[in-house]
Amino acid sequence: MRSLILRTATRFLLPLLMLYSVLLLLRGHHEPGGGFVGGLIVAAALGLGALAYDAPTARKVLRIDPGYLIGIGLLTAMSAGVTAMFMGKPFLTAIWIAFDLPGLGHFELGTPVFFDIGVYLTVIGVVSVILLTLVEET
Amino acid sequence: MDLLFAAVVGFILAAFLPSLYRVIGDRVVWLLGFFPAAVAGWFLTYLGVVEADPITSLKWEWVPQLGVSFSLRLDGLSLLFVLLISVIGVFVAVYSSGYLAGHPKLGSFCAYLAAFMSSMLGLVLASNLFTLYLFWELTTVTSFLLIGFESQKASARRAAIQSLVTTAGGGLCLLAGLILLGLAGGSFEVPELVDQSDAIRSHHYYPAIVALVLLGAFTKSAQFPFHYWLPNAMEAPTPVSAYLHSATMVKAGIYLLARLTPVLGGTEEWSIPITVVGAVTMVLGAVLAFGQRDLKALLAYLTINVLGTLVMLVGIGTTETITAAIAYLLAHALYKGSLFLIVGAVDHGAHSRDLTELSGLRKRMPLTAAFAILAALSMGGVAPLFGFVSKELYFEGVLHAPGAPFLMAASLVSSIFLVAGAILVGYQPFFGPLTEKADHAHEAGLRVWLPPALLAVAGLVAGLFPQALAVPLVEPAASVVSGDATPLHFALWHGVTLALVLSVVALAGGVGLYFGRAFLLQRSAVAGPWLSWGPAAWYRGAIAGLEWFATWQTGLLQSGYLRVYVILILTAVTMIAGFRISHVGLPNLWRETMGVRLYEAIAVAMILAASLVTVRSRSRFRAILSLAVIGFGVSWLFAIFGGPDLAMTQIVVEALTVLLFVLTFYRLPKFSLLSDQKTRIRDAILAISVGGVITVLLLLATGIKRQPPISEYFVQQSVPKAHGRNVVNVILVDFRAFDTLGEITVLSVAAVGIYALIRFVAYNAKARREGDRL
Repeated sequence: MRSLILRTATRFLLPLLMLYSVLLLLRGHHEPGGGFVGGLIVAAALGLGALAYDAPTARKVLRIDPGYLIGIGLLTAMSAGVTAMFMGKPFLTAIWIAFDLPGLGHFELGTPVFFDIGVYLTVIGVVSVILLTLVEET
Repeated sequence: MDLLFAAVVGFILAAFLPSLYRVIGDRVVWLLGFFPAAVAGWFLTYLGVVEADPITSLKWEWVPQLGVSFSLRLDGLSLLFVLLISVIGVFVAVYSSGYLAGHPKLGSFCAYLAAFMSSMLGLVLASNLFTLYLFWELTTVTSFLLIGFESQKASARRAAIQSLVTTAGGGLCLLAGLILLGLAGGSFEVPELVDQSDAIRSHHYYPAIVALVLLGAFTKSAQFPFHYWLPNAMEAPTPVSAYLHSATMVKAGIYLLARLTPVLGGTEEWSIPITVVGAVTMVLGAVLAFGQRDLKALLAYLTINVLGTLVMLVGIGTTETITAAIAYLLAHALYKGSLFLIVGAVDHGAHSRDLTELSGLRKRMPLTAAFAILAALSMGGVAPLFGFVSKELYFEGVLHAPGAPFLMAASLVSSIFLVAGAILVGYQPFFGPLTEKADHAHEAGLRVWLPPALLAVAGLVAGLFPQALAVPLVEPAASVVSGDATPLHFALWHGVTLALVLSVVALAGGVGLYFGRAFLLQRSAVAGPWLSWGPAAWYRGAIAGLEWFATWQTGLLQSGYLRVYVILILTAVTMIAGFRISHVGLPNLWRETMGVRLYEAIAVAMILAASLVTVRSRSRFRAILSLAVIGFGVSWLFAIFGGPDLAMTQIVVEALTVLLFVLTFYRLPKFSLLSDQKTRIRDAILAISVGGVITVLLLLATGIKRQPPISEYFVQQSVPKAHGRNVVNVILVDFRAFDTLGEITVLSVAAVGIYALIRFVAYNAKARREGDRL
């Protein structure tokens, strides 16, 4: 769709949307957000790019074939669950480590975060595959 | 441990034999033969030991609460069968190495046969009813594979399927019966059931149990009216026919009846059906055998006859007849196995199994002829062979049984035909003038004539020394079944008894029948058309009817139109839910509300208005956009009621949905075909019903407060246990992470599916376009 307005808007919106999705992903544990929404927003951004420009351009933004993203996402989510098994606990038990960074305060890092990242990547992959395949066929 | 070995090693072998065949070729048969030889050798040491002290090998409890375990047990009855299966198995393996030498699928053949051996061994060793059923069906499956071995022949495939459908159908009935039996007896272990037998016999499940178990046994042992599959099973290679369909597998039904006699037997409901069916099958098999031209078919019908006899004897249930049944079973395995293998050798050497084409073979195949005569003498019940000893026992048992006159008359008829059959098999092909086919025959190799020879000679030796050889096998088995441990006394000569006189009469009758065969066959040709109305025709009719019904039903329901599927699903859901609701009643649908605030009303009004626009719109895009408005309205409601995550997700999903719709419908023309008034009314009624039912369902469900809502637990535990303040997200990735994992897996599968659908459609369309251009 050759619309100058859409293209210009997309040039600014796309990177903003990507950043925003990462923000949503990382804040999900304490504030509204999470992996699902984050992933959907990335996919929506790619859809926007595919409409404004064309599908190959949108794919270049992603840099990696979305099909691989599905696999990587599932793998990440599974590994987050399996780390608990290495410590003798059942699959998907959450393992948290807490540490203090000087000056920045108390941090807690846990496997649910990686699980959420896995969900994020999978959702990006799934929706992008569907969207981009459809765009390429029409 | 050794019991487990017998029941399992065959399967392990079966897994490796085909690949081993590629490496060592025909020598896989030696591996195949080693297994039953090892089993036979080992279990022979149990002779004499097991009577006093049955061995329970193992009991692996799988589902203790339901009584489902894997348990094996060796007692007299199972020992007899184990030895039978393993010894004849060795002979069959040796025979196959010669008969099927060079066959390209020999590896698979050996694998199937090994699997069958373990299945059958497991069946007779099983002590838990579920274990028994497991191995029962395994024998069905392996038999199917072996019957259809020459899978390129349509007749073999048909015969295999027929055997599978018939015996597996019976197997299902058997499972139901066994479950009822376990429930009635309070345990699924056979020894415990034997102790409970009085309670079981007076239980109200008893008739059903008997009926179902009998169905299972009758289908497996080819009793009337389920006998039709056995002659067709002759499509299998001859070693298979000898092993499965005469010596071992078809005896499984009889084994089952014998094994369950202490538990279920002794009543009229048990004895009368079994005796009657057995007797009918016995006479039927004998008479049908008489007119056969194909030697294998002849032997198959005679097997049906003997199976009927055995079933009848077990049904009568006296100690005498049970002993006779077991002895006769042993004799039959020896002579029938031998005869089948000999017919195979004849087929191999003369390239024919047709009685009209074979005569005078003894001049070309003297060894085979000699042992054929020996085995046929055992079949006809001529002294001093073991067939004679067992037949005397059988006649004695029948004479002392209730209903003796009828049963003896049937037995006499059967024996006469059996003798005639023996002459047809053992005399006619080998004596007389040399036909052309017979002239070109050659004697079989050592591996092909020796096994049947050994079997036939075993029949002779057991007949000459029955007390020494047969009694150690038969006595423990009989005592397990009849619960009676009196020692047996087998002898060749019991004095001139009524049984002996009847045997002589049968012999004479049989010989006379043989000589009058041509005349009788001519006269009975009239009956031919009547025979085609028999059970085999019922089976064919049933299968044809099933296929017709499946085609009709699929055409009706799977019309290919998405709207038909949606209508069917929605109608079904509405009816089922509505039915349940009407049962429950509508206690209190009225809810106390906190009052409806203005912005909630606006959101709802927006949704309603958008729905109306969607339904009435004549433009595709307008419909899509108003659907999006509904979605945004719903997300507004989520936001109002405190679900920001949900609202966000819903908004993005809605935007993506619009995009997907647009992309999909982009190429389609404007709505050109609008549905007519009637269809719209139908759709409106359906939609309103579904909506109404779901609404009522929701109101009912939210009105039921049984336990404190689980949300309180999550809210309390979210921070301390999961280190997160966003409860929704914490539930998704921590408390219920497993569900989320499942969801993303499903999403991935959906993506792959959609990708494949779109790409393939495009690929096919392109291919078609290019094809047109060519």
